[in-house]
Amino acid sequence: MKPAPFEYQAPATLREAVDLLASDPEAMVIAGGQSLMPLLALRLATPSLLVDLRRVPGLDAIAIDDSGIRLGARVRWRDIEDDRRLETAHPLLRETIAQVAHYQIRNRGTVGGSLAHADPAAELPGIAVTCDAELTLVGVAGTRMVRAGDFFTGPLTTVRQHDEIITELHLPFWPSGRRWAFREFAQRRGDFSLAGIALFYGEDQEGRVANAHVGVIGACDRPQRLMEVEALLNGRFIDEGLIREAAETSARTVDPPEDLHAPAAYRRALVATLIERGLRSAAQHRSA
Amino acid sequence: MQVNFKLNGTPVVVDVEPRMHLADCLRDELRQTGTHLGCEHGVCGACTVIVDGAAIRSCLMLAVQAEGSSIVTVEGLSTEEALTPLQTAFRKHHALQCGFCTPGMLTTAHALLADEPDADADRIRGVLSGNLCRCTGYIPIIDAVLDARAAYRKIDKP
Amino acid sequence: MIGTNRYIGSPVERIEDLRFLRGRGEFVGDLQRGGMLHAAILRSPIAHGRIRGLDSEPARAIPGVRAVITAAEIGAVPSIPLRLLPLPGTERFLQPVIATGRLRYVGEPIAVVLADSAARAEDGVGAIVLDVEELPPVADRRVSGRHEILLFEESGTNLAMTFTGVLGDAEAAFRDAPYVRRECFEVQRHTALPMEPRGLLAEWDSTQQRMRVLGAAKVPFFNRDTLAAMLGLAPASVDLIENDVGGGFGARGEFYPEDFLIPFAARHVGRPVRWLEDRREHLTAMNHARQADCEVEIACRRDGTILGMRGEIFVDLGAYVRTNGLIQPRTLAQCFSGPYRVPNLHMVVRALLTNKTPSGTYRGPGRYEASFFCERLIELAAVDLGLDSAEMRRRNLIGAAEMPYKLARLEPGGAAVDTECDSGDYGEVLERCLAEFAWEEKRTLQGRLIDGRYHGIAVACFIEGAGAGPKESARLELEPDGTVAVYVGSAAVGQGLETVMAQVAADTLGTPIDLVRVFHGSTPYLNEGYGAFASRSTVLGGSAVYEGAKSLLEKIRGAAAARLGGPPDDIELVDGRARTRDGRSLSFADLAADGLRVDATFQNNNKLTYTYGSAVAHVAVDLGTGQVEVLDFLVVEDVGRIVNPLTLHGQAIGGVVQGLGGAFMENLVYDANGQLLTGTLADYLIPTASDFPRIRAIALENHPSPSNPLGVKGAGEGPIIPVGGLMANAVGNALASFGAMPNQLPLSPARVWRMGAEAPVENLGKNARAEPVSDAAGPGRSQIRR
Repeated sequence: MKPAPFEYQAPATLREAVDLLASDPEAMVIAGGQSLMPLLALRLATPSLLVDLRRVPGLDAIAIDDSGIRLGARVRWRDIEDDRRLETAHPLLRETIAQVAHYQIRNRGTVGGSLAHADPAAELPGIAVTCDAELTLVGVAGTRMVRAGDFFTGPLTTVRQHDEIITELHLPFWPSGRRWAFREFAQRRGDFSLAGIALFYGEDQEGRVANAHVGVIGACDRPQRLMEVEALLNGRFIDEGLIREAAETSARTVDPPEDLHAPAAYRRALVATLIERGLRSAAQHRSA
Repeated sequence: MQVNFKLNGTPVVVDVEPRMHLADCLRDELRQTGTHLGCEHGVCGACTVIVDGAAIRSCLMLAVQAEGSSIVTVEGLSTEEALTPLQTAFRKHHALQCGFCTPGMLTTAHALLADEPDADADRIRGVLSGNLCRCTGYIPIIDAVLDARAAYRKIDKP
Repeated sequence: MIGTNRYIGSPVERIEDLRFLRGRGEFVGDLQRGGMLHAAILRSPIAHGRIRGLDSEPARAIPGVRAVITAAEIGAVPSIPLRLLPLPGTERFLQPVIATGRLRYVGEPIAVVLADSAARAEDGVGAIVLDVEELPPVADRRVSGRHEILLFEESGTNLAMTFTGVLGDAEAAFRDAPYVRRECFEVQRHTALPMEPRGLLAEWDSTQQRMRVLGAAKVPFFNRDTLAAMLGLAPASVDLIENDVGGGFGARGEFYPEDFLIPFAARHVGRPVRWLEDRREHLTAMNHARQADCEVEIACRRDGTILGMRGEIFVDLGAYVRTNGLIQPRTLAQCFSGPYRVPNLHMVVRALLTNKTPSGTYRGPGRYEASFFCERLIELAAVDLGLDSAEMRRRNLIGAAEMPYKLARLEPGGAAVDTECDSGDYGEVLERCLAEFAWEEKRTLQGRLIDGRYHGIAVACFIEGAGAGPKESARLELEPDGTVAVYVGSAAVGQGLETVMAQVAADTLGTPIDLVRVFHGSTPYLNEGYGAFASRSTVLGGSAVYEGAKSLLEKIRGAAAARLGGPPDDIELVDGRARTRDGRSLSFADLAADGLRVDATFQNNNKLTYTYGSAVAHVAVDLGTGQVEVLDFLVVEDVGRIVNPLTLHGQAIGGVVQGLGGAFMENLVYDANGQLLTGTLADYLIPTASDFPRIRAIALENHPSPSNPLGVKGAGEGPIIPVGGLMANAVGNALASFGAMPNQLPLSPARVWRMGAEAPVENLGKNARAEPVSDAAGPGRSQIRR
C-alpha cells in the first residue's frame, strides 16, 4: 500500500504555501498526516504535490484570553492535553480531545488537519460546531473567517477553497459555572464513534436552562447542532422528564446514515442514550 | 530527496522518494528491520517509533518529514549486554509470542513510562489500545509494563 | 519415561524472545537479496466474470517495471491440490494459481508485476488496463444453493461437498421425544488475521537448477512437494525455508496462488523476487473462515437428558476449495456434539461455493461454529425445561467411565475416519471450573438489572481433537562445540516451539537448556516433516524429539563407555558431560567427533488425542449502547501434561481473546455485488488491549494422553472453541426478560441493542415460555413441542 508518486515541498512561510497550492490544482496540504497518509496509502488520494506546513511559523500556539481560545492549525491533540490552562479555560475541549483516536495519533494529529478532513465522526469539528467557533482561512484572495456551522457541508466536504489553508480555530470564551458534557460511543476505545454528543448550557437566575448548545457527531453527514433540542431545553428546569424528552427529540431529529457498522435505527437510539446520559451528567456538575 | 536525521543517537543521511514513509526508510534504506509493518494505514501500531520523544506511527509519517529530528527505534532501546528492564519484564511475563507486534509495544511502553512512570493499569491499557496483538490477548503485556514501572521510577529520581 | 525434570513442567522463559525483544527477528519482509525485484499482484476487482482483455503495456512502460506475468507467460496453469480430505469430486473446484479467464472472487490473482521497488510494482499494477465482463455474482450461500448461477458450469453444481455425521437413530429419537426445540443459528465470516501479512522471497539458481523460497510456514514439506511438481522439478531441488513467522492460526502457510507465482516469477526473470502482502490485499487473499448457518434441533427427556440432535448446516466456502477448506464442514458434521453424550445424531453439512474469497481453517475450525450451535441448543433446552445451565451440562457430559467414546460416524469416510475421545474426566474439570467461578453465588445475578446494566452468566464445555498425524520427524546431533542440535519437522508460528522442544531434549539428555539449539520447519533439515496444525507440534514433534533424545542418550552412553571403560548403563549424563561412577567424564564436545546423531520419527496412526475443558463467563449488557462488558471469563482445561506452563497459558489467553473478537466484533462483510466492504483494519475490528482485560485460564494435568510418551495433549485451540456459544448464552441470559435470542454472531452493539429494543416482559420466569420468540433481525424460526 505505497502511495502514488508525488512531489514534496516544505515552504518556510504561509504565503509560499498558499502560492504552491494555488499553482497546482492537484496539490494537497499535509501537516500531521494522520488522516491524509491512510488515504495516500489506499490511493484514494493521488496528489501531484504535498505542501508540508511543518516549517511555517506561527501556527502552533494555544492562545487564551478574554476573547476565548485560539488554537493554531498545527496544534496537536497532545498539546491540548498537556495545556493545563484548558482545564478551566475550556474543559469541554480538553475532555473531548482526550478521547480522540490513540496515543500515537495524538502525538501527530492536528487541529487544522481534523477540520480540513471533516470526518463526520471527528470530535473537533463537533466541538467547533457545538461551541459556534470560527475558522480562519488564508488563501490567495486574502484572509476570511468562516463559522464552524457553515464550514462543514457534508462527509469529508467543506467550504475551504483549494488554495486556502486553515490557520486557526477560535473558540468563544468559556465562562465559569457552565454545565457541560461530552459523550461518544465506539465499540472499541479510540475508534471513530458510532455517535457522539457535546453539550453545554448556562442557567438563569432561577436555575432554568439558558443558552443551550447541543451538538452531535457520527450520526449525521456532518457535525450538527440539534436546534430543536436546544429550543426544548431553554427556559426549563432540568429534570428526568425533560431529559427524556430531549433524548426522544434528538433521536427524531438526527438523520443517520445506514452503514455496515450500524443501521440508522440503532444510531438514533444511541444518540438518545448519549443525550440522556450527557444531560444527567451535566446536571450534576458544572465547570469551575 | 536527501533527508538528515538522528537514528538511535547516530546521524544518518538517506536519499528517498518523497512518497516513502518513515517505516520503509528505516527498514529498507537503513536496514533497521525491527520496526514492522502490519497494516500501513495507521491502525495496528507495529510500526511505532519514537520521534523527538513522542511515540508515533512511522507508516503515517513521510521519511522527508523526519528532517532534523531524533528518532529512536526498538533497536535503540536495546543493549548488546543484558536485556533492559522493560525487555526483561516482557520475557518474564511471556508478553510476546510471534514477536511481530513487540517492537511497537516496546517503543510505546517505553515512551509512556518515560513520561508517566506511575501510569496505572487503565492508563497503560488505554495507551496500548493503539497497538494490535493477535497472539497474546494483551493481559501479559499489561502485566509486563506494570512490572517495568519500577525501573522507570528509579530513573526519574534526581 | 523422563525422570526428574528440570525444564519440562517449568515456566522456562523463551529462547526466541531474545531476538524478538531486540528487534532482531528475521521475518521474510526483513530479508533482501542483491538484484532483488519486488512483486505486486493485480487482483480481480469484480466478484464474478471473465477477463475480456488485458493490456500490460502501460505498466511495462513505467521506468523501473521489469516484467508483467499473466497466465499466458505460465502456459499450462496448475491448480492447487488439496492437502487434506482430497475427496472425489473436489478436483472440479480447485483454484488455478492465476486466473485463466474466469474470475470468481474479488482478490483473485490476475497478473504479477515485477519492479525495482514495491511502490513501482504497485504503480505498474495500477497502470494495467483490464477489460472485464461481469457475471451476476453468487453473493451468498442461499443464492448458491439454487444452483442457477454456477461458478463451475461443467460441474453442474455449486455444492462442493456434503458431509453427514450419524450416531444411533435420530429419527426414532425425535419421534418419541417429550421435548424438541428447533432453531436457526449463524456464525459470521471472519478470519485469522495474523499481525504479519504474508510474504515470500524466491531465489532461482539456474546453474544448480534449484529453487529456494523463504517465508514458508506451517506445512513446508507439503508445500515444497507441491511447488516442485508445479515447477517440474524434483522435490530435492526445492528448498522451503522457514524464518520467523508473525502468527499463523491455521491460515498462514497453506499453499496459496502466490506460493507458485512468486517462485515462478523468480525463475522467469532469473532474479530473486520478493513479495510482501499488504493488509488490504490480505483481507481478500488470505483464507476466510467460519461462515456457517444452520437449522438444527435438540430432543430431550424432561429431566434434561439429551436424546438427540439433528439438522442441516450450510458452509459458505467461497469461490474454490482450498487446501484444507473441507476441514470445517467435516468437523461440523463429525464433532457437532462436542464433549456431550448425544446418542442419536444426524447432521448434514453442505459446503457451498460463492463468489467470495475461499475459506480454510482457523483455530478450532468447525469446532467454534459447532460449539456455538450446540451450546445455544443446550441452553435453550435448559431454560425451557427449568434446569440450571451447569446442571444441564453436568447431566450430559461424556463420563470418564465411558472412555474411549466414539464420535459420529462420518460419510464420506466411514469407519476408517472414526475418531473417539480418548481419555479424561470431563465432569471433573467442569466442577473445578464452576467452583473457581463461584457459579452458585453468581447464579443470583442472572438476568438482573444492576446500575443500569443487565447481568448474565453462562457455562460451556469443549473438546479439542489435537495431534493430527500421521507422524513427525526429528534429528539430533552432537555438534563440535558441545551443543546438541535438534532438527524437527514441526513449524514455528509464534507458539514457542524452539523453547518447548529444547525443554524436552534438555531434560531427556540431562543437559542444560542453553546447550540445546532447535532448528525447525525448513525442508533442508529433514527428509520429511509434517508441520504445525491441529495443535500437533508438542504432541508429535515433541514426542519425536523425545524418542530421538532417548536414542541419542543411549548412543552417548555407548560412546562414552567405549572410551572411559565400564558398561554403558553406568554412564550418567549431567550438565553436558558423560560421567562414570567414579567421576571420570567427557564433554559433549569431546564426544562429538564420534559422529553421534540420531533420526527419529513418532507416529500416532492418525489417532487424535483429546484435550477437554470448560469455560464460564459473566457479562453485563448496556442496552443503551448495546455494549457487552465481559466482567469475568475463566477457562479450565486438562491438557494431559504441561511442558511449559508459561507458553501454555499464553495460548489459552490468546485463544480466548480471538474467540471474543469473533463473538463481538469481527466480521467480513460482503455486499450484494460480492464486494468486500470491510477492506481495512479500520472496518475489520479485532480486540485491543482495552476490550477484554479480565480473562483467567487454568491448565490441569489430570489425565495424561495415553497415546504418546510425553502424555501431552494439544493445547493451541481448546480455549477459543467455546467462546462464541458462551457469550451468546451469557447475553441471552442477561436479556432473558426481553425474550432475547442471540442466534447470530457477531453480537455487535447494534444487534444487542435490538434484542432489548422491545419493552421488558413482566414476570418471565425460568420455566418454558408459552410462545417462542425469535430474533427479529435474524433467521430465527423456533418451534417448541411439549
